[in-house]
Parts: sequence; C-alpha cells; structure tokens
Amino acid sequence: MASTTATEREGTSRGGGTLYRGDLGMWSWVAHRITGVLTFFFLFAHVIDTALVRVSPQTYDSVIEVYKNPVVNLMELGLVGAVLFHALNGIRIMLVDFWEKGPRFQRAMLWTTLAVWVVVMVPGAYFMLERTLSDLFGGK
Amino acid sequence: MTNALGLAKPRAPRRPAARRSNFELYSWLFMRISGMALVVLVLGHLFIMNILDGGVHRINFGFVAGRWASPFWQMWDLAMLWLAQIHGGNGLRTVINDYARKDATRFWLKILLYVSMVLIISLGTFVIFTFDPNITD
Repeated sequence: MASTTATEREGTSRGGGTLYRGDLGMWSWVAHRITGVLTFFFLFAHVIDTALVRVSPQTYDSVIEVYKNPVVNLMELGLVGAVLFHALNGIRIMLVDFWEKGPRFQRAMLWTTLAVWVVVMVPGAYFMLERTLSDLFGGK
Repeated sequence: MTNALGLAKPRAPRRPAARRSNFELYSWLFMRISGMALVVLVLGHLFIMNILDGGVHRINFGFVAGRWASPFWQMWDLAMLWLAQIHGGNGLRTVINDYARKDATRFWLKILLYVSMVLIISLGTFVIFTFDPNITD
C-alpha cells in the first residue's frame, strides 16, 4: 500500500537521482506551513479587534461589522478551511508520530483528511454564507 | 571534523559531548500536546462563532458580554489565546529558522515575532480579565 517505492522513483529525477522530487507527503507539509502561518497572522488582527470591547461597545460593533461584509465573509470561509485542514493534518501528523501503524497508513490518512475536510466544509460553507447570499440575491 | 554548518560528521571519531539543551525536543512535544487541545478549542470556537445560529451576523458587544459573563468561556478563550500564540509562534520560529539566510535577518525577524507574541498575549489576557459589560455607564 503506502507510498511510492524507491524503485518506482529511480531514474525519474535528472542530475544523478539524489534530488528530492517530493511526493504527496511533501505537499501536505507545504499546505500545513501555509495554513499555519496564515492563521497566525489572522490571530494577530483578531485579538486586536476583540480588544476593542475595552474601548466602547460602539467601536467594537462598528469593527465587527467588517466581518459581515460579503467579501470578508468569503475570506472568513477561507480561514475556516485553512484552520480545518491544519487541524486534521495535525491529527494525521500525531498519528504518524505516535501510532505504530501511522507511517504505514500516512497516505491513506491524507486522503481521509481531505475527504473529512470536504464533508465538513460543504455544510460549513452553506451555513457561513447563507445569510450573505440571501442578503445579496434574496431580493428582500 | 566539522563542516560549514558546524555539525560533526556522523562517524567522526570525536563528536561533541552531550547537547546542552533539549529545547527542540520539548518544543516538538509541545506542538503535539497543544495541537490536541487546540483542535477542540479552536474548532469549537469557529463552530460557535461562524456556524451556530446565525454565525458572525449575531456577534456584537452584547454577545461578547453574555459569553464572558461565564468563567467557563473566559477560561476557554484564555487557554485558546495562550496556546494558539505559543503554538503559532513556535511554528513561525521554525519557519524563520528555515528560510532566513542571514544571521541578522533571522535575529531581527525572531525579535519581531517574540515582541508580537508578548504584545498579543498580554493584550488578550488583559482584555479577558478586565472586560466591563457596563463600560459606557
């Protein structure tokens, strides 16, 4: 099962065959980094916008209105998708590290991660965008 | 004996004595332990704030006041703030170590990172503990 074997890879890379050409696991690592950094930067802004409750209710409410803007709402969906991937792939990493069969199933677990992501994101996107879409196109 | 990175070759007859610190081991372990807690804390937070009845459209000052009236949600948010900042900060530290090419760049990027972590953790903690629902009265 598991990943591409060394023999399958042999001869496929140019220049002596020592260059790491990557595999699915590399892309999950890349995606884990990008989603992590993205979330950390958002957190910086998010703690500051929440801190406005110490200024006044009006200040806080007016800044929170930004989150209800359709474009920001869509970006928020992207953030939820990024965090969800990071969480699911993080569980996969822990299973690879601590579960004796983890390394053997790493590839299967990556596909499981992506499947769970889709299954959660479809209804998630519906509930997150419902109000925005009905405001924009509902004709109320 | 040592190469440009200052690492001894694996089979060098004399390798440096025991490493002085296990910091990277503990940081590796911390990422996994805090990660498990954050899965619950953050996904719970996102579900309540973005999806549960009306999502972001029902959030305003009164909503925050209602939640922080309960010590449970105060502690939830406090734990989430600290763990997410340290988990994310440690992740970014790794990213900086990987990609910064000059020692000076690495140094200043990390200083910037640590300052922002201290700032955000302090600000967030201060706000959770000093929140006043009657601020305008």
